[in-house]
Amino acid sequence: MGKQLRVDPTACAGHGLCAELAPELVSLDEWGYPIMPDRPVPRALERTARRAVTDCPALALALTRVP
Amino acid sequence: MTGITQATALWYASRATGVVTLVLLTAVVMLGMLVNRQGRLPGLPRFAVTGLHRNISLLSVVFLAIHVLTAIADPYVTIGLAATVLPFISPYKPFWLGLGALSLDLVAALILTSLARALMSRRAWRSIHWLAYAAWPLAVGHSIGSSTDMQSGVMLGVLVGCVLAACTAAAWRLSRAAREIPRAGRAAAALTQMTPGGPPRLASPGLVPADYLMTAQEAGR
Amino acid sequence: MTDSLTLPGPFPAPVPAAGDPMAAQFGGLHRLLPASGAVPVDLRAHLDRYGALPRPDGPGRIIAEVEAAGLTGRGGAAFPTYRKLAAAANGDQAPVVAGNGAEGEPASSKDRSLLWISPHLVLDGLQVAAQATGSRSALLYVPRRRQLHQRLTEVIAERAAVGMDTARVELREAPDRFLAGEESALASRLADRPALPSYRPVRGLPRTGPGRPVLVQNVETLAHLALIARYGAGWFRAAGTADEPGSMLATLHLADGQRSVVEVPIGIPLAGLLGFGGQLPLPPGRAGGGGDGLITSAAGPVQAVLVGGYHSAWLPAAQAARLPLANAALRPLGAFIGAGVVAALPADRCGIAETARVARYLALESAGQCGPCFNGLPRMAAALGHLAGPRPDPWARADLDRWAGLVTGRGACHHPDGSVRFIGSALRVFAAEAGLHERGRCSGTNPQPFLPLPGGQPLDDTDWS
Repeated sequence: MGKQLRVDPTACAGHGLCAELAPELVSLDEWGYPIMPDRPVPRALERTARRAVTDCPALALALTRVP
Repeated sequence: MTGITQATALWYASRATGVVTLVLLTAVVMLGMLVNRQGRLPGLPRFAVTGLHRNISLLSVVFLAIHVLTAIADPYVTIGLAATVLPFISPYKPFWLGLGALSLDLVAALILTSLARALMSRRAWRSIHWLAYAAWPLAVGHSIGSSTDMQSGVMLGVLVGCVLAACTAAAWRLSRAAREIPRAGRAAAALTQMTPGGPPRLASPGLVPADYLMTAQEAGR
Repeated sequence: MTDSLTLPGPFPAPVPAAGDPMAAQFGGLHRLLPASGAVPVDLRAHLDRYGALPRPDGPGRIIAEVEAAGLTGRGGAAFPTYRKLAAAANGDQAPVVAGNGAEGEPASSKDRSLLWISPHLVLDGLQVAAQATGSRSALLYVPRRRQLHQRLTEVIAERAAVGMDTARVELREAPDRFLAGEESALASRLADRPALPSYRPVRGLPRTGPGRPVLVQNVETLAHLALIARYGAGWFRAAGTADEPGSMLATLHLADGQRSVVEVPIGIPLAGLLGFGGQLPLPPGRAGGGGDGLITSAAGPVQAVLVGGYHSAWLPAAQAARLPLANAALRPLGAFIGAGVVAALPADRCGIAETARVARYLALESAGQCGPCFNGLPRMAAALGHLAGPRPDPWARADLDRWAGLVTGRGACHHPDGSVRFIGSALRVFAAEAGLHERGRCSGTNPQPFLPLPGGQPLDDTDWS
């Protein structure tokens, strides 16, 4: 089915790359921490999401299959 | 053209690519510190810092490969393939080349683990990545001794420049780390920041004592 | 480790005299705590009263019995116990069974009271859970109190001496932190790491690193388990409601400052539990809780009731007076049974100031791992503090709303969510008081803090170990 973009909040240090690389999916709160999309990632944005996952300096993101 | 035979060309190529590799590695280490401390390059977005760190490190691998291969191929000195990865077994300047071999081993570990980042645990990847702080000084040591290039003139200037730049970056990184609030104190720090005069003192017309919001310890009980 | 073991008393609830309307509800309900008072039950008395633990028929039998009994976790989450047992029994490895007595909730004293008075029931329950899940390794995770520690060590040794226990029982210390009893924090502590909650995207038993799964059960749940193993599901269901069967331990905080731990059937009317009388109009100039006036009680007039604990919700007294202590009735109103705390806020206190005190404690108890939590909760606590203080902040309520939205669901554990629920309920129930505060006034007349909070705040990582 779809893929969900999730963040491990204990690993996230608020680098903010995800919001720069995937602004359609991720926005930053007033403290610089990412707000994940609550809907699954649309297929067209999957590549962008994947890039955010690999580029996160804290390795805090994951793209997981939604049952 | 006199003086430059094919053999000499290989030797020059090895030395030249060696210098370039050192400069690139210095840039990579500095950028790495910048990424870790969430520093920015003026005018560039955040992903540029990470991107440059990764791309320059891959570029340095290319130059490192040419540096090593030309050094082996060159008939002027005997080094041998094994000595480029196993330290201190080279017939030619075993110590200085050994430093280079060690540095190369570490760089290989860094590059390979970073390419396979998603497959390993976060803690494992980070522990190995710390070896970067060993790989760079080993490369500097190797540069100083394996040829006389960097011991005088412009090349010496380049070497000194790299060392100064890296040390400045390290000092910056350490000072930023020293100012970082440890995990256990983060919430308290945010609270203190929002209430700089301490917990609000409630007084009449509230008819609540001044230290109402303090814990027993803070109120000195 | 502290030397004192301050238990609220008297234990159990004062048994009401015959003819007292509460007698019908309390009558005969001394399952976990003896009727004789706060005297610790020794092994002899325990065996005389309850008999020996029956030989296990087989793990499947006891789990089926627990399912039929409808026992749910008494640590706050009210998760069906049989499902946890079944998951542990069917797992790839035998789990470590952990009896969770950490009781990080400051307003709750039921777990340490149970451990002090009826440790044998808890230890029996550990054995039942261990047998049901094929484990030979169990432990009790208890607060750092020297007396309690000593007593439990003696009790465990006594049982070992007569060979009562098939699973080996260890004693482990919980740091004095609100979150120390959180499941994954407990598992971390068992792995000799600080007791910090972990991010768990996949539901299931927490693990101590790549090692064994941990079956965590609140100590009260284990005590009930020990009795179900003896007397069966039918007996267990004789108390409580059809949907929420059994009895529970509640920590009562009455309006006159009296505190006690009582055993009650789930579904007991809050009015009966708190000794409520009739309604009373608000005195002029007083804001109070909920706007419907006050409720009288034997301990004094009450404006609001906190049910569950510091992650649950306030209810106006007039509303609470019509409710039973049951999740079916409480959940639609934003509250839940939780850790069994039932606190009646006296009419003379300021609900906003009380909440601000607790909110500050909750903010400082953040593990400091997740950005939204360690940024949002302190800001909310500070805003509440300003609201409670003499310098009213016109932006406080709007800020609190925004931060509540930013903080909920974005931490690794439920600390931010629970704290937001508690604060949100206060702003609703004490809305009139908040309005007064925004205009620089407060209608509270008693300066004594009411809700309990421990002294001292975390200073460095060693406080979590």
